[in-house]
Amino acid sequence: MENTFELSVTVNGTSYQKVVDPRTLLSDFLRNDLELTGTHVGCEHGVCGACTILLNGDPVRSCLLFAPQVHGQEIITVEGLGTVDDMHPLQEAFREAHALQCGFCTPGFLTTLVPWLEENPNPTEEEIREAISGNLCRCTGYQHIIDAVKLAAEKMN
Amino acid sequence: MTYKVIGKRVKRVEDPRLLTGGALFVGDVNLPNMLHAAFFRSDYAHAKIKSIDTSRAKEIPGVVGVYTAEDMGEAWEPGPPLVSPPPTLEGVVFNSRRQVPLVKDKVKHAGEIIAVVVAESRYIAEDAVEEIWVDFEPLPAVTDLEKCLEQGHTLVHDDLDTNLAAHLVQKKGDYEEAKKGADLILKRKFKLDRGAAAALENRGIVVDWDQKNQHLMVWDATQSPIPIRNGMAARLGLRTHQVRVVAPFVGGGFGPKIMMFYAEEMVLPWLTMKLNRPVKWIEDRKENFYATTQEREQVQEVEMALTKEGKILGIKQKIIHDTGAFNPYGLTTPLNTQSHSMGAYDVQNYNSELFVVFTNKTIVTPVRGAGRPQGIYIVERMLDIASKELKLDPREIRRLNFIPKDAFPYNHEIIDQAFVELVLDSGNYLPAYEKALEKIEYDKFIKEEQPRLRAEGKYVGIGVVPFIETTGVGPYEGARVAVEPSGKISAATGVGTQGQSHMTSFAQIIAEELGVEVEDVSLVSGDTAEIHWGTGTFASRGAVVAGNAVLAAASDVRIKVLKLASKILETPEDELELEGGLVKVADIPDKSISLGELAVLANPFRGAVEPGTEPGLESTKYFGPAYGATAFGVHGMILEVDPATMMIKIHKYITVEDCGTMLNPLVVEGQIHGGVSMGIGNCYYEKLHYDDNGQLLNASLADYLIPTSAEMPPIEVYHENTPAPNNKLGTKGVGEAGAIPVPAAFAQALENALLEFDLEITETPLSPNRLYELLHKQED
Repeated sequence: MENTFELSVTVNGTSYQKVVDPRTLLSDFLRNDLELTGTHVGCEHGVCGACTILLNGDPVRSCLLFAPQVHGQEIITVEGLGTVDDMHPLQEAFREAHALQCGFCTPGFLTTLVPWLEENPNPTEEEIREAISGNLCRCTGYQHIIDAVKLAAEKMN
Repeated sequence: MTYKVIGKRVKRVEDPRLLTGGALFVGDVNLPNMLHAAFFRSDYAHAKIKSIDTSRAKEIPGVVGVYTAEDMGEAWEPGPPLVSPPPTLEGVVFNSRRQVPLVKDKVKHAGEIIAVVVAESRYIAEDAVEEIWVDFEPLPAVTDLEKCLEQGHTLVHDDLDTNLAAHLVQKKGDYEEAKKGADLILKRKFKLDRGAAAALENRGIVVDWDQKNQHLMVWDATQSPIPIRNGMAARLGLRTHQVRVVAPFVGGGFGPKIMMFYAEEMVLPWLTMKLNRPVKWIEDRKENFYATTQEREQVQEVEMALTKEGKILGIKQKIIHDTGAFNPYGLTTPLNTQSHSMGAYDVQNYNSELFVVFTNKTIVTPVRGAGRPQGIYIVERMLDIASKELKLDPREIRRLNFIPKDAFPYNHEIIDQAFVELVLDSGNYLPAYEKALEKIEYDKFIKEEQPRLRAEGKYVGIGVVPFIETTGVGPYEGARVAVEPSGKISAATGVGTQGQSHMTSFAQIIAEELGVEVEDVSLVSGDTAEIHWGTGTFASRGAVVAGNAVLAAASDVRIKVLKLASKILETPEDELELEGGLVKVADIPDKSISLGELAVLANPFRGAVEPGTEPGLESTKYFGPAYGATAFGVHGMILEVDPATMMIKIHKYITVEDCGTMLNPLVVEGQIHGGVSMGIGNCYYEKLHYDDNGQLLNASLADYLIPTSAEMPPIEVYHENTPAPNNKLGTKGVGEAGAIPVPAAFAQALENALLEFDLEITETPLSPNRLYELLHKQED
């Protein structure tokens, strides 16, 4: 590699130091360098939302960031929200409401919704539709996702 | 039948891994020593290749090789024909032309691959693609379906003297004779345009040739791993046991991932065997728009003959269907159109002439609906137009024409996509239709709501449309079910999963038969090492064909369990029950044996067995229906259109669906919701815009508009159940149902909202711009 960047970043609570090609997209860094493949790549033009991660708590498109841009920052990916044996209430709600079919878009919805639900603990359907309108899903028609969010809101309160 | 597990809203067993980022999709496969491929694709839709210069690309550090058609030598050959024309139909003209791995002389659609770069990383590979120089001689592009058959028109394929890909005629009864008794003969021309499946996961393939073991491992985001395995082995001169294909979790299929031997699927295996290293290619979204198959483009001239009461005497139709640059998938899509052009109606006379044409556009293969939406669209439009001309209530004209419930099985006599006569196996249309009208409060809307809203200056309309869906076609599928010594069940089937919940709904069937928990059934689908025979996931057939194979295998295991348990427990079989993973003697709770213990006993390590005994508690069974199962339903919507902005809002959306026995209502509802969202996309938001040069103008998700949650209405789903008579589960498919009637219902609702404009909609998809044009054309 000719150009390199020494990146320090905390992901899901773990600190990493990696030497990267500076033009590496954050999505590729997470998936390939850190082997956190839960963050999915659907378009690489910032539209579909599948690659959404939390950067210092805010949902952002990891396909629109270069890895060096998160130097010294804190990231949470879907793997940091819960585990198979200890799922986040939102993840459980998704399962109960059948809010995922192929599951490809799901990580992006989860990372978008977790901070949003913390700030909007009692959302209406209209508010939920607005909140997820930046995430595309081709399988569910969004109906069960909305049901899951309502269910999660109940669980979380 | 009363079931304990089948038909219940069981939570999915596949979800925990998917929800926590722990499920494997093809893009997640990372192997040591792996190389990455990137493709140089033609920007031109139609062009001769004069020369290719890859020299600068090859010099980039990290590039392992840059290859063209010439480098492939004898390994270069077009893809195999996947679906032949129906042998059961006479007089079919079919000119087979299939896609190639790397273009040799002439590019036939934008996105075709001319060269492949293999490098240490995707980034380097894409850098190298930029350094490839191709000298093109552009040619006029063939894009107009009607003009392309004219004498002297530019040809897509120089070795043919025409752009005709296929021609056939299907007849039922005698339309010309029936027409003589008509009070009204309606003629209309319809234009239907292309849409993409646009699954969230693009395509991808990872191949790994192990030279020492002489074995090829393939991960492919495909809907049909077994045929891919068979075809790859054949192309590479390998035995089938030397190739293993795994379709891992696939992020949505919707049809295009059943297309097989895409160029990339032909190039990558060649590369890995040549380079002796694993090679990975994951499609990006732009490539997906050019290089993944699409569907829906047709021009139709339709004639309908009716009595003044509204009874359909016959339908005559000319279809021009665009197959794009190649036609590997045969006539499946347009045959489906023909099968659905008579809708849910008792049409005794039908005459349909089909022309399939080559154009310089992306290849057409089925996308959810697969030609069915086009058939339902034209028949429902014609009935709407007829009801206006005859001054009949659009509901009455449907009621009058429905196939009556005692007329099933109803033979339409024309040949369908499975090459057999189109037989609608069962149906009961009227109650479903009445239920839809009741749920959407049709009468109340027309009499009270609509006038009230109109007085407020709002344009709100209603559309209710019935439809049928052919599902559950053959040829066959298989399933293997086995009890493990742990007492848990392992199972396998060849229908891969792209979100259809097979791991759960098929587990429910097994749980029902063997008295185990759904979570104790581990079902693998999409791995050719687990089951050797099958075709794939398509045409709304998983539940019917694979589901019934699962049932047959599980039932056979149950028989073996009972036989062995009866011997061990010294009790007649009819006094035994399977529950909680145990075989119990009815009324003697202490006398039981677990399935796991039985499995161990069924597979002795030493000793002798009785002649004819099969070891273990395992069974592999196949199911192949003589003809498919016909699902049906009704969709209704109330929508509002803003005459200034042309933006629409759907206020209410209801569906009544009848897919026979449901394996899992949660799954059925999810499939309907998803289908409706694609259907709504096909009405007003999604259209692939090709220009006269064959250029796709909106190849990004920013310009090709997939409905978001903001465009989608809440959807109410109601169920009817007319069991399929020809399979034990009584089930029918439902995977595509949601998408099929939507454009027809939308057109009806939109015309109804804009009644005073006397709009007649004969094209789909529309858009705000197009609606504006249509309304203002009226003024001119």
